Amino acid sequence: MALSKILVANRGEIAVRIIRAAKELGLKTVQAHSDADASSLAVQMADEAIEIGPATAKKSYLDIEAILAAAKKTGADAVHPGYGFLAENADFADAVESAGIAFIGPSGDVIRRMGDKAVAREVAKEADVPTVPGSDGVFEDFDRAKEQACAIGFPVMIKARAGGGGRGIRIAGNDGEFLALAPQAAAEAKAAFGDGGLYFEKVIERARHIEVQILGDGENFVHFYERECSLQRRRQKIWEEAPSTALSPQAREGLCASAVALAAAVSYRGAGTIEYLYDDKSGDYYFIEMNTRIQVEHPVTEAITGVDLLCEMIRIAGGEPLALRQSDIATHGHAIEARINAEDPANNFLPFPGCIEELRLPGGPGVRFDHMLYQGYQVPPYYDSLLGKLIVHAETRKKSIARLQRALEELDMGGMKTTAPLFRVLASDPDVRAGNVHTKWLEPWLESNAHKLEQQKGNLP
Amino acid sequence: MATQEVKAMLPGVFYRKPAPDQPNYKNEGDAVDKGDVIGLIEVMKSFHPVVCEYSGRVKAFRAENEAAIAPGDVLAEIEEG
Repeated sequence: MALSKILVANRGEIAVRIIRAAKELGLKTVQAHSDADASSLAVQMADEAIEIGPATAKKSYLDIEAILAAAKKTGADAVHPGYGFLAENADFADAVESAGIAFIGPSGDVIRRMGDKAVAREVAKEADVPTVPGSDGVFEDFDRAKEQACAIGFPVMIKARAGGGGRGIRIAGNDGEFLALAPQAAAEAKAAFGDGGLYFEKVIERARHIEVQILGDGENFVHFYERECSLQRRRQKIWEEAPSTALSPQAREGLCASAVALAAAVSYRGAGTIEYLYDDKSGDYYFIEMNTRIQVEHPVTEAITGVDLLCEMIRIAGGEPLALRQSDIATHGHAIEARINAEDPANNFLPFPGCIEELRLPGGPGVRFDHMLYQGYQVPPYYDSLLGKLIVHAETRKKSIARLQRALEELDMGGMKTTAPLFRVLASDPDVRAGNVHTKWLEPWLESNAHKLEQQKGNLP
Repeated sequence: MATQEVKAMLPGVFYRKPAPDQPNYKNEGDAVDKGDVIGLIEVMKSFHPVVCEYSGRVKAFRAENEAAIAPGDVLAEIEEG
């Protein structure tokens, strides 16, 4: 089925990114938007726009019926869900497909299986992908699970099968805590997710977050190497890069091959990411979860591989076979992405939904800025704080850090408070420059470096 | 008795309860003490408590649950005493 018109069921910078890819493929675009986004950049850029509800996401970007009605009314033959909102909602994918419209992503069934974290763990095990030592799927007998946890070694994380994004996690340091926390976690998971199913995993101390980008057409599967996203605050990534500084060529090969094996095990269709924890000391890696969508940080992979992942996922949804073989995919140089959020790093990351009164964007060689901004834009308070992503690419990591520093000096958003000053300080930190970081590195660093994070205006004279 | 207004400090969405399945922080007519939380404002997916600066009784809520609000909007009226 050749596609002709895509409805964008998302907002912000990713909506802009989807529209750009669709236009380059010669497709018409419809931007579905809430009333608060009527003057957004994506609405201005799309061929058509249609309002789907009020500001509150629950009544617009999360309203399956409203989005389906908009797709039908505008004659769209495909829906792109972006990331967040309904991107990993299996019922939405099913509803779109049953309406005879292509869902740009995997089937509802695959989303459902990989979205159940305990099932995903079992799928990974069956595909010989290493998982974090822990329970065999969901446990029901707390005493038996405790015995298992003792055998594996504390501390362990008790997780909700229906959780994700770090929600509903409890850490037990010994068998007594395990027995005390498990019933609480089950009750809380039941209340929060409607499903009290729990599993547990050993806590891996000082690990890096490394993830592998894959693409599949249901029959063939390729990887685009890894990204490292170890710099996180409250489990939210803020700085992503590719390649990882930590992997040896052999470790990289094993990791990427395991991601392809997992994609093949579920006959994956579309763009996806397999996330791992990587233990520097032992060189071991462990599957944590699969994200069945395009990710925020996809541009660093696009930078080093030269492949437009958005275009590829749209082509695949249109029924085309994978255009690339593994031997076509090579990496060049190093790329870094800095997430520019409307938050004040000097004030405990307080959200700052202000007005973009001035805007000077960075440019020049190796600089890409994916964003949703224009001069005079009033940032709405109703959605997440991501304003844009500054992506730099150069021959080496050292040169890409220099390019990041140079691009950050060019960026000026007037009186808006953003996370840009954080990256100025991080880019000159010795540990960051040496790539000597792990997932628990940033938070203590923020505590001791808060005084350096005052807002600075553009540094140009 | 003076009537005082509790105003929004941040733009976003106003919630009168801590979670959808829980009761309101305060109802009209309830006693309120300085420092009590009377609602939440969600701004960019982060939640900030609305703290009452006055002691007395809740006279009226002027913003509904889940209403979109701007800084300076009156959220509630408190009858001091």
